[in-house]
Amino acid sequence: MTDNKLSSTDKDVAVEPVLLSKTQQQVAASLARRHRQEKLFKGVGLGAVIISLTLVAILFVNIFAKGVPAFWQAHITLDIYFDPEVISISEKPVQGADETDNEFRQRFIEWQTEVGMVNFNRLILDGLNKVIPEAQERQYRRDAARIVTSGERYAVRDMVIENPEIIGQTKTVNLLTDANIDVWLKGNIDRSLPDSQQQLSPKVREWVEMLSAQGIIENRFSFALFMNPDSRSSPASAGLAGAFVGSLYMMLVVIFLAVPMGVAAAIYLEEFAPKNKFTDLVEVNINNLAAVPSIVFGLLGASVFIGWFKLPMSAPIVGGLVLSLMTLPTVIIATRSTLKAIPPSIRQAALGLGASKMQAVFHHVLPLAIPGILTGAIIGVAQALGETAPLLLIGMKSFVAQIPAGPFEQSTALPVQIYLWQGNELRNFFEARTSAAIIVLLALMLTLNGLAIWLRKKYEKRW
Amino acid sequence: MSNFSLIVLLLALMAIGYQLGMVRSRKVATVNPQQKMHSRPHHYGMMVGLWAVIPAFFILVLWTLLSPGVINGMVAAQLPAEALAAEGLTADVIMRRISNLATNFGVVAEAEQWELAAAAYMQQLQTSSALLLTGLMAAIAAAGLFFSFKRIQPHLRARHQIERTVKAVLIICSTVAILTTIGIVLSMVGETIKFFSFIPPADFFLGTTWNPRFSTTGVAEGSLTGSQGSFGLLPLLSGTMMIAGIALLVAIPLGLMVAIYLAEYAPASFRATAKPIIEVLAGIPTIVYGFFALVTVGPFLADFGASIGLTIRATSALTAGVVMGIMIVPFISSLSDDIITQVPKALRDASLGLGATKSETIRKVVLPAALPGIVGAVLLAASRAIGETMIVVLAAGNSPTLTANPFEAVSTITVSIVNQLTGDNDFASPQTLVAFALGLTLFVITLLLNIVALVVVRKYREQYE
Repeated sequence: MTDNKLSSTDKDVAVEPVLLSKTQQQVAASLARRHRQEKLFKGVGLGAVIISLTLVAILFVNIFAKGVPAFWQAHITLDIYFDPEVISISEKPVQGADETDNEFRQRFIEWQTEVGMVNFNRLILDGLNKVIPEAQERQYRRDAARIVTSGERYAVRDMVIENPEIIGQTKTVNLLTDANIDVWLKGNIDRSLPDSQQQLSPKVREWVEMLSAQGIIENRFSFALFMNPDSRSSPASAGLAGAFVGSLYMMLVVIFLAVPMGVAAAIYLEEFAPKNKFTDLVEVNINNLAAVPSIVFGLLGASVFIGWFKLPMSAPIVGGLVLSLMTLPTVIIATRSTLKAIPPSIRQAALGLGASKMQAVFHHVLPLAIPGILTGAIIGVAQALGETAPLLLIGMKSFVAQIPAGPFEQSTALPVQIYLWQGNELRNFFEARTSAAIIVLLALMLTLNGLAIWLRKKYEKRW
Repeated sequence: MSNFSLIVLLLALMAIGYQLGMVRSRKVATVNPQQKMHSRPHHYGMMVGLWAVIPAFFILVLWTLLSPGVINGMVAAQLPAEALAAEGLTADVIMRRISNLATNFGVVAEAEQWELAAAAYMQQLQTSSALLLTGLMAAIAAAGLFFSFKRIQPHLRARHQIERTVKAVLIICSTVAILTTIGIVLSMVGETIKFFSFIPPADFFLGTTWNPRFSTTGVAEGSLTGSQGSFGLLPLLSGTMMIAGIALLVAIPLGLMVAIYLAEYAPASFRATAKPIIEVLAGIPTIVYGFFALVTVGPFLADFGASIGLTIRATSALTAGVVMGIMIVPFISSLSDDIITQVPKALRDASLGLGATKSETIRKVVLPAALPGIVGAVLLAASRAIGETMIVVLAAGNSPTLTANPFEAVSTITVSIVNQLTGDNDFASPQTLVAFALGLTLFVITLLLNIVALVVVRKYREQYE
């Protein structure tokens, strides 16, 4: 009320000056300034929110703008004649009944050597000659060899091994082109640069323009990005499969180790633990562990798991153990807050009907807490999925060219793959590919977080 | 037999024990109809299963931990002394060669006759050890099963036994957190002490040059003068503090204003959308921020600097600090938001009732009341900024020089840990060990910040509860 009155008198000061005391005059005089300040303050607040939202938007738009094109990659369509003269291999050996494992292995290795000797590149080049007759000329041999990325000879080899009947036939296949051709076609390199600074020779550029006008080279969805492990010799075929499987093993370790342990610890601390020095110590400890920098866990892993227990370097099992220790506090804290939210009347009712304390907790409290516990666990796992620093310290940043077959094999992880790719010298190509890897990682994390939110929304109960 | 198959067998045995116990308890109940059984049949089953499995499992764990040491000792005792002296290799290397031979892993160079003999002996010991273990476990599991099976009586309190076991498991799980802390402290203190045997602590804490050079283990002491390198902490510490400072300069005003606006001004629907979107920033992996800083923010800042006549390097303390500031905005905003909403409504009403405007109320009443909590939030954010790794690895420029210019490249404690401890770790050279000294320093700094922050926040909570 007073506020209104003052502001109305504010404008009429000249008309009725006699009504105002000295204090009132002071207030009235400062009022406009104070209201301006109020507006300014509110505006600054709104500005801060808008800036923060804009930053989120810039970050996402930036990464998506860079990364989305990398999901499509330049492919070349060639008719390849599987020339029996070039592919002179015997049949794939099958273990005979009277053959020991060792003998069979010997024979198999001989066969593999034989396959390894085959010049599959010859087949690809022959196919290329059909679309670029010029490429057969001696002076253009080196240029011709640079059109299809070097890793694709193994794709052709695998086609033959999988289906030996195609020997002698002609098949239309889609092959990845060299990374630099992809860069050229996408315009990720300045086309006006002089020849000495271009990655592709003038001849190759001419061919590429020609083939892409004919539709022989075109952008297709890059399955290589998802199906292949990392590759150094053939950057165009470098993919995320190895890192993905490595991350998967680590997440499994976290799920089977950190989640049950964290839940058990939380149940003890929340439901059973007496209030004493020991419980206090555990509690302070957990809060502190939650805030310890992740790199310190990496040091712990390097000295304890690798230095003392002699576990293998760069193995997902070590990464999983380190991430488990890191996630443990998150799971404990989330589970405890869920258990705390379950009303005591549930426990009292169970105890009143003669259940033991253990039965009350495990039969009545825990089932009610499961949605909350799951939410906390999923958020913890998502956090572990994105963690990079501790993994660098346990050797996971070494280059691994195959998909790990088990948790004790050498491997990388998704975030570490991002770290490795951003450092690749072939900047023009890998900047987009790194962004694509980031999109994959973010998509996984957002899916996990979305799942957690959905669980919470669906099963949330207000007591 | 491998440990894995032994565990599978144990689980199978547990299932069998469970069934046997259930059947037996039902039978006991029918034989003595006048006596009421203390527990339900499945409790007896569970009890028998646990008795069969737990002692055998302990044997398995102990055996796995101890037997490699015992076998190595026995093999080492058998080695011919003259061969050891002639080779001039350490016992460690020789044992590794022998165990590689024993597992058919293959070794460098031709294996000596005595090495082959030792490997054969080792193989033989390993086989007998595995057999012994399997036998022992079978005997103990059978004994446990039989013992508990025989004990099933109406008055036996099977449920209590199970509950005690479960409780013990819960307690063990809750001590893992403590064990982790102990592990962190012990491992780092141990390696740090080793490091200080190479480099005096004063040179580390007060040194102004950071130039660790390459690892020089195996080279006789003093043969390469100056190859020791210098391990001065100060350039790293100053870089860390500068970046964290810039991050806080970005994050505190932004985060605090966001918190104030969302808590005091924003309509509920706006708050419900804006808050989670800003919190997304906290969930993004730090490697993503690092990449963003490297390819977007750094070049942008450099161009911006060039346009106003400043030389800003693309990877600099400023780039890393600004991006890190963006990262910690949600920490400060959500913690402060919680704290601001906890300030009792009576305080606001009193101030508004006296005629203060809303912003005056916030600045003169709500913020002072919430100050301890906000300080706590800022301290937590600071400890996060100091311990952050990937952003600075990618965007700070990795140049360990003592500079006060934020536009220059710097290096931090975390960057140096990553640089010193990758690839083949050699735990005997100061170049590797310094990572642990740095880690311990980092751990102590963040621990102090966290403890102070927790104490401050807790004090504040008590004030209004």
